[in-house]
Amino acid sequence: MVLRRALAWSAGLALLFVTVVLVSATLGYADITPLSVAYVVLNAVAVPTVDTSGVTWVHPFEFVVPATTTTIVREIRLPRIVLGGIVGFALALAGTVMQGFFRNPMADPSIIGVSTGAAVGAVAYIVFGAALTSAVGGILPQIVAGWGLPAFAFVGAVVTAFGVYLIASEGGRTPVATLLLAGVAIQTFLGAVISYMLLHAGDGLEGAVHWLMGHLQYSSWWRVRVALPVVAVFFVLLLAYARDLNVLLLGEDDARTLGIEVERTKRVLLAASSIVTAAAVAVSGVIGFVGLIVPHAMRLVVGPDHRILLPTSALAGAVFLVATDTVARMGPAEMPVGIITAALGAPFFLYLLTKREVHAL
Amino acid sequence: MIRLDSVGIELGETTVLDGVSLSVEDGQFLALVGPNGAGKTTLLRTCNGLLGPSRGTVTVDGRDVSELSAREIGRLVATVPQETSLAFDFEVSEVVAMGRTPHRSRFSTASEADRAAVESALDRTDTAQFADRSVSALSGGERQRVVFARALAQETPVLLLDEPTASLDINHQVRTLSLARDLAAEGKTVVAAIHDLDLAARFCDSVALLSDGEILASGRPEEVLDAERLETAFGVRSAVGTNPITGTPTVTPLSDAPPGDRHVHVLGGGQRAARTIGRLVDAGIEVTAGVLPEGDAAAATARSVASDLVTAPPFGPVPDDRIRAASSLAERADATVITAPLTDANATVATASARLLALDGVETPNGRADVVTEAELTAAAEATSPTHSPTKRS
Repeated sequence: MVLRRALAWSAGLALLFVTVVLVSATLGYADITPLSVAYVVLNAVAVPTVDTSGVTWVHPFEFVVPATTTTIVREIRLPRIVLGGIVGFALALAGTVMQGFFRNPMADPSIIGVSTGAAVGAVAYIVFGAALTSAVGGILPQIVAGWGLPAFAFVGAVVTAFGVYLIASEGGRTPVATLLLAGVAIQTFLGAVISYMLLHAGDGLEGAVHWLMGHLQYSSWWRVRVALPVVAVFFVLLLAYARDLNVLLLGEDDARTLGIEVERTKRVLLAASSIVTAAAVAVSGVIGFVGLIVPHAMRLVVGPDHRILLPTSALAGAVFLVATDTVARMGPAEMPVGIITAALGAPFFLYLLTKREVHAL
Repeated sequence: MIRLDSVGIELGETTVLDGVSLSVEDGQFLALVGPNGAGKTTLLRTCNGLLGPSRGTVTVDGRDVSELSAREIGRLVATVPQETSLAFDFEVSEVVAMGRTPHRSRFSTASEADRAAVESALDRTDTAQFADRSVSALSGGERQRVVFARALAQETPVLLLDEPTASLDINHQVRTLSLARDLAAEGKTVVAAIHDLDLAARFCDSVALLSDGEILASGRPEEVLDAERLETAFGVRSAVGTNPITGTPTVTPLSDAPPGDRHVHVLGGGQRAARTIGRLVDAGIEVTAGVLPEGDAAAATARSVASDLVTAPPFGPVPDDRIRAASSLAERADATVITAPLTDANATVATASARLLALDGVETPNGRADVVTEAELTAAAEATSPTHSPTKRS
């Protein structure tokens, strides 16, 4: 019953996602028809076949498409669209988990300081990275060039989440309220650190501010390959804990008497959602409101059961971010998508607040 | 079966439980009673592993609770907490199904046994009728029954109830406790923290009286519920009688007006006399009564709260020694209240009194009595100057 509902909703949203992806791929400066997009995608399909010489990849489709079209779709639009999907998926997933974990509808993926930690790492890299690599010299700059920013952001995020967790834990217990307050305090402190670095950013200022707004401009298949496995693995892990998350909504004492190892479960949920968020923020900067609004909206649609809510909310996040990023890159001057999500998200949130009583999960 | 062996618990600096030893057998329904802060909830929380004792051991079915995993405890002990946060949109049947958590592996779908347990739990708690409603749309009492259903679905040998009747109407108070008693009769070990002493006495096989983290007494309700012990535990005077309908002890707490130095003798029987005795005692006035026929409603009241009582066999002439005994009480009293038309015997007793009061509507001898309403009575009695040194209450 639950499984069937989860599958039906997920299938519907997955179909919507594919549609949004294909439509988004046709939109942009260059006019590309949906048919051309379909051709490019189909041309990329490869089937492994085994013969005497080993495994070879056979492309069953060979539609004739102009080379520039293929390049625009395959190397510019699709990586950005797919990465946007992954980031939206990750943020909405982590947001859903955090709202359940904190039993608080105002929680979002960055509530314990993950995003701010990522921002410290990213800004530090942008401001001081160039000086660092040129000082070291040699081959390092080339290696660091691609990896540096996401790596610094990811490490900053994970270290911050872990730090907040350690501060809030005492005697093997981590009270949720303490965690929340420790997160707020650490975010405030790290905000000061970021401001200080921006003050001394010099040439790096523009890049740093741009990153902080959250955007998908530097998307690449490489970033997809880095983010996708992380998000996929922890999505499966979180899905396995969906029922525990439901029981946790009854309160920690009740959950414990129902056989849940509460502290261990909280650690798993916190770690998994922090890593998922870190992976998303590392490749896209701080894109706000997706992780707050999407879980909310989906909870109103499918109900509070996390077995259904986790996959549907994540898929809806993917759809939402691909759609908003399409709007972001359509304008005369490209805008960071974080501005769009916030500009759309906040009024929608206020609408929910006034239309419905959103005081409970 | 639960066994607590000299269990001590400190929360911060405070000792909440101090050397508590208690054992509850299979099929037994034990009520934990005691004042707020006595440690009832804490005791329940040591039985389900939410609190680890600082000293002593807690065993359930012979296994030390502190050595069991949450899942193992979840299969042994089900708890209905005092408060539960159900402020979200799960359906009632979904919440009840969560009771199956300790029996299900992470990826399994609901088995036939799971479904049967949920269905029977909904049935027995009278919640099946709103199984597909959202819990956030239920009243407090309905939610409490849903949580009871969830605990039943857990199918554990031990059931702990923390104030299970607190927000229930009288119908569901009785239904819930009857169900708990039935579950005990089926072999479960049931422990309930209950504030209502009458309900505890009526439904439980045994009662443990907790005060300041210690067990003052435990045993059958009529052995444990004793006015003196209750005063030690609760710090309030009370009258323990027998409920005429259930035959079980009934406890009536009296207001804690300090016993004053006034003494009033009550003449006449029936409901009005009983009410008068209650009112006077409640105001801290010492009361004596008689001569009353045995079995009179006022006699039952007087027996539990009055400091002295003279009775005589009903339907016969009152023996002279009874009249003399009553007269000497009336003589010592600051005032005597006439609550019903005087019998010959009581007319004699009335002559011994220094001051006579009569409730309105009651015919009085020779117009000698001051007429007062029931509401004015205590004030009138207090206004009487004490003429004799009062007999001290024991």
